[in-house]
Amino acid sequence: MFGDYSFSDLGAILAMQGFAGLILFSVYVLMALGLAIIFGQMGVINMAHGEFMILGAYVTWMTSNTVQHIAPWLFPGYFFIAMILAFIASGALGMLVEWALIRHLYKRPLDTLLATWGLSLILQQAYRSIFGAREVGVELPEWMMGSWQATDSIQIPINGMFVMALTILITIAVAYVLFWSSWGKQVRAVVQNRVMAGAVGINTEKVDRYTFALGCGIAGIAGSAFTMIGSTGPTAGQLYIVDTFLVVVFGGAASLFGTIASAFSISQTQSTLEFFLSGSMAKVITLLTIVAILMVRPQGLFALKVRK
Amino acid sequence: MIINSRFFNRSELVGFLALALLLFLVLPLSLDIFRLNLVAKYLTYAFVGIGLVLCWGYGGILSLGQGVFFGLGGYCMAMYLKLEASSVANTKIQSTPGIPDFMDWNQLTSLPFFWKPFHSFPVALIAIIVVPAIFSFIIGAAMFKRRVGGVYFAIITQAIAAIMTILIVGQQGYTGGINGITDLRTLHGWDIRTDHAKYILYFVEVVLLFGCIVAAQFIRLTKLGRILVAMREQEDRVRFSGYSVANFKIFAFCAAAVFAAIGGAMFTLEVGFMSPSFVGIVPSIEMVIYTAVGGRMSIFGAVWGALLVNFAKTSLSESFPQLWLFGLGALFIAVVLAFPNGLSGIWADHVQPRIDRLLASRKPKPAAGYVADGAPAE
Repeated sequence: MFGDYSFSDLGAILAMQGFAGLILFSVYVLMALGLAIIFGQMGVINMAHGEFMILGAYVTWMTSNTVQHIAPWLFPGYFFIAMILAFIASGALGMLVEWALIRHLYKRPLDTLLATWGLSLILQQAYRSIFGAREVGVELPEWMMGSWQATDSIQIPINGMFVMALTILITIAVAYVLFWSSWGKQVRAVVQNRVMAGAVGINTEKVDRYTFALGCGIAGIAGSAFTMIGSTGPTAGQLYIVDTFLVVVFGGAASLFGTIASAFSISQTQSTLEFFLSGSMAKVITLLTIVAILMVRPQGLFALKVRK
Repeated sequence: MIINSRFFNRSELVGFLALALLLFLVLPLSLDIFRLNLVAKYLTYAFVGIGLVLCWGYGGILSLGQGVFFGLGGYCMAMYLKLEASSVANTKIQSTPGIPDFMDWNQLTSLPFFWKPFHSFPVALIAIIVVPAIFSFIIGAAMFKRRVGGVYFAIITQAIAAIMTILIVGQQGYTGGINGITDLRTLHGWDIRTDHAKYILYFVEVVLLFGCIVAAQFIRLTKLGRILVAMREQEDRVRFSGYSVANFKIFAFCAAAVFAAIGGAMFTLEVGFMSPSFVGIVPSIEMVIYTAVGGRMSIFGAVWGALLVNFAKTSLSESFPQLWLFGLGALFIAVVLAFPNGLSGIWADHVQPRIDRLLASRKPKPAAGYVADGAPAE
């Protein structure tokens, strides 16, 4: 499969495919961060996570339309407003869902899977009824379009770099919140030992609700980022949910570093293979590899030692 | 078929007879062939449901990949039917006569090796059982021996369902791609498209279904079934008592896979085609919800769940296509939140005691008396 390319061509291909993989990596990381926090802390499988992401995407789309009509001078910077709105919208919906649905099911993790799947169906149909079945795309401000010519044969799109920077920023913010704030300490205490955390006076229910909201909010930002690289449809979230779960499980649940490492390796493998094989075969091989590795090492790459 | 008081207790016997009456007499006599064929299609999911009752309800193993086994069974049957439909005489306009039409469109010039055994009817029938059994054994052995379970197992089976769909859609020349294997005509020289054939197929399917019900009931009542329940409740204790937990789990998973495959094979015969849209994540999870609605602990409940949910799906999506997804989503949530044991749980908790009281105060009524209202029987 390498036969037809010269060495420098291969280098350029690897660099560009690598960068395409990095954009996929960004979406995976943003999706998986929220999922990993929720799954790691509460053992809840949130099948509707993709729909929270799509909510963020729709919020971004609406913001872009509104800003274009009402305040065109704001357009170059609308993206930052949209992201904050997406975070708030998804986070608020997450809090509502936790209150109405998830908190009744903490003892039955397999049932959360079914219930949130039902939720995802309802949300999908709601998007379809509200926004229509057609996919929508946002208009990017001018400074985000175009690409940066790194060398003669390597071109790197600016919106991709923006998404990358965003991902790094959010990852750092999440790490900061989890590892240095007092709320993060509470979250980690609950992850490690829920009963003891409750015994020392942590309000575990409240921690759960805010954690779920945070996870969903990050998914909303992921949706915002997603609008820059693809168009948004009612069922777009479902396409990513299985991949994201594999990212979380492969990285080792509840391990932030593991999630990032596994998102990186999965997205890079997939986008590199995509160039040489057809898209579907690249995906099959990637997924098969992950499943095979998980069969050998079920606890994932970086497992957190937790007393059960 | 032996029905004694030990094998079925009284309410189960009533449930069994009620279902038999409905499927053998009431539905064939009251529905036209189009509707009966729809019922036959719904019933293919009941096979999957029975398997899930064993594996999920009793064993506590939630598989989100039952569509894979349904599809394997269905594809094995479809490959045989397709080869029969694409005889040299039927396909002489192709550039390579004698191979299925979609292979010809994809520039294949000879039959792939894994298609060749499907020229023979007995081999196809054996493959319907053996291929899913081996596949599920490999998955089960790899996972359960390493003590992967619960949520992880669910996610990995779901990933396998995703892989399977992508593979079938991607390898168009070998599998028929997104359209699946269509234009199936005869089964061993017997035309399956006529109304008469559909009647016969319906009854064959119902007999097979009752065979599966009896088999599942048998598994449930033996020591094996007890161990499955014990394992679900306290896996470690069963392990410390000296049982090989992994082997029992593998057995339950394989049995569920085989049941699903029989359903898939019947699906191909009833509907006349097989496509990846019955293999992937969405159909697999829908199969789980049929079981959950019927009652994950009840074999008869699974059959009722498959019938009722699909009936609701057809009638709702015929008239209100938008409402259907809302309804299905709400059903998922309601069943999980409020009725974890599904319809059979409601029946056992609310309807059965009243009937018992009625029976105690009056003379016993004939079993069919309260069957006609279409409520699920435990």
